[in-house]
Amino acid sequence: MAHHVVPQKIYLLVFATLILLTLVTVDVAFYDLGLLNLYIALAIAVTKATIVILYFMHVKYSSRLVWVFVGSGFFWLAVLLVLTLSDFFTRGWSPLPSGWTSMVMP
Amino acid sequence: MDATPINAHSGTPGEPIRANYLNVNYGLKSWLLTTDHKRIGILYLISITIFFALGGIFAALIRLELMTPEGDVVSSEMYNKLFTMHGVAMIFFFLIPSIPAVFGNFLIPMMIGARDVAFPRLNLMSWYIYSIGGVFTFAAMALGGVDTGWTFYAPYSSTYSNSNVALTAVGIFILGFSSILTGLNFIVTIHKMRAPGLTWFRLPLFVWAHYATSLIQILGTPVVAISIVLVALERLLKLGIFDPKLGGDPLLFQHLFWFYSHPAVYIMILPSMGVVSEVIACFSRKRVFGYPFIAFSSLAIAVLGFLVWGHHMFTSGQSVYAGMIFSVLTMLVAIPSAVKVFNWTATLYKGSVSYQAPMLYALGFIGLFTIGGLTGLFLATLATDVHLHDTYFVVAHFHYIMVGGAIMGYMAAMHFWWPKMTGRLYPEGWAKFAALVIFVGFNLTFFPQFVLGYLGMPRRYHVYPPEFQVLNVMSTAGASILAVGYIIPLIYLLWSLKYGPAAGANPWQAKGLEWTTPSPPPPHNFERTPVVTEEAYAYESKPYPEEAEVV
Repeated sequence: MAHHVVPQKIYLLVFATLILLTLVTVDVAFYDLGLLNLYIALAIAVTKATIVILYFMHVKYSSRLVWVFVGSGFFWLAVLLVLTLSDFFTRGWSPLPSGWTSMVMP
Repeated sequence: MDATPINAHSGTPGEPIRANYLNVNYGLKSWLLTTDHKRIGILYLISITIFFALGGIFAALIRLELMTPEGDVVSSEMYNKLFTMHGVAMIFFFLIPSIPAVFGNFLIPMMIGARDVAFPRLNLMSWYIYSIGGVFTFAAMALGGVDTGWTFYAPYSSTYSNSNVALTAVGIFILGFSSILTGLNFIVTIHKMRAPGLTWFRLPLFVWAHYATSLIQILGTPVVAISIVLVALERLLKLGIFDPKLGGDPLLFQHLFWFYSHPAVYIMILPSMGVVSEVIACFSRKRVFGYPFIAFSSLAIAVLGFLVWGHHMFTSGQSVYAGMIFSVLTMLVAIPSAVKVFNWTATLYKGSVSYQAPMLYALGFIGLFTIGGLTGLFLATLATDVHLHDTYFVVAHFHYIMVGGAIMGYMAAMHFWWPKMTGRLYPEGWAKFAALVIFVGFNLTFFPQFVLGYLGMPRRYHVYPPEFQVLNVMSTAGASILAVGYIIPLIYLLWSLKYGPAAGANPWQAKGLEWTTPSPPPPHNFERTPVVTEEAYAYESKPYPEEAEVV
């Protein structure tokens, strides 16, 4: 399989983007955006990870078989999250024992 | 005196000494710096045998304590450490690397007609990583041990335990990478290095089983590594991850831990299933019945195995709705497991069956794995699990899978490929005797534990009510028979290295590329790249050409 040669310009551009996003992460840490704090931090992290996977790890230029393996990694992560959350989000559904006012033990 | 050199492996005077992977070079350095997959397999064999012996000693002490209802051999604290260290040594350092790292390493390149694995140096690195992880864990044991159970449940492991949790955790964290690297190597090797003509559906089922195992190793192991890091972060930096006081959730640890550790059961059992497929076909002189079903059932077990972990948590406070989902999903794993058992049985039907030692172990596997698997369904059922959870029923169930299944497969592999690995035959009579001793010892050890558990004896206690003593004495007696059963092969296999008759290339008249090359194999396995023209297990067709014609 021939290796795709990525132009240096792309690497520098990716590097600059990662540094920029890191600075953004630091900057937004100084503002309290309430619930958005988490979502913004995660969005930046996911964007950075995607760029690293596609360009630095050459997945963008790799065969479909490699795509399948990358995809399966994310699929398994989804399995972990969905089945774990199936517990967290349904714990409150059960009726409380008589005399209890909440699931939290007094 | 006759000065003609005698070939050490064929024993024939005058025959030139052939270079093989054992005699190609000598000395400790040649082994410690080897990148030959066969030598790395042997390095793993020696390392895991040490941990097997260590885990066995801990097991013996546990059974000794449980001979009497009183806690008269060790203290309760020491007992906690014994069962923890037994689990850690046996699961992480013996069972998980056992068949993949020893026989997978040795055989996969040979089975697919390759000179080595895809990344030979990475392969050696994985053994070094295993050894470093082993040193840390061994140090933790020597410095006083660890008492959390092999499951390291938070908050006990993260907050309360005063034993060597951190050191053990570091050892297991390091060890995980060796498992990941082995899996990675196998997947790339199987994808990229198959001999001409060796299509996916001509691969031996041993290779399919290892492909499925490797997927679990790569996809699951990072999660347990992260869980261990999170425990360390909470212990050291007081980050609230598992401790409710800090905003964490203790069940999160169990989710993360079992996401890896349940599939890890399949890391242990799938390679054994691969071994059984090879052995059953060879000693029935028949094609495996339903080859594609056995191949795909390995993948199905690997995938479904990731969806069932919550069955370890039915009584933990996990949502009952999640419990229902996990219960149903767990039942599904029984389907591909049963497909395998039925297909092996169908392979035996009208086969020309012979009962050599590897076959005895393989048949033992089928029976014991079936009992282990079916009792798993008792535990997967929400309501019965409430009664059986954390009792000796669970202990018996998973030992039927891990000892009755995984180790039976390991012993089958050891006997089946020993002539290939060493060039020597082992004494068949002793081997059959040992197989029988192991079978009897195993059942006497663990069957009474089903009854004990059903009657309500909890696991992980060193004292118990006197009415449970008879069954516990039976179990301890069985354990001592089992120990003898494991020591006998150790003796005769070592004996055979020097005194065993030469094996020849294919002592079992088996199919598969590994049998077309001399025993022990040459350093690069094949003099010429083999070309595969027929399916695996073509036992009805003409036999493979003899060694002399191939080389």
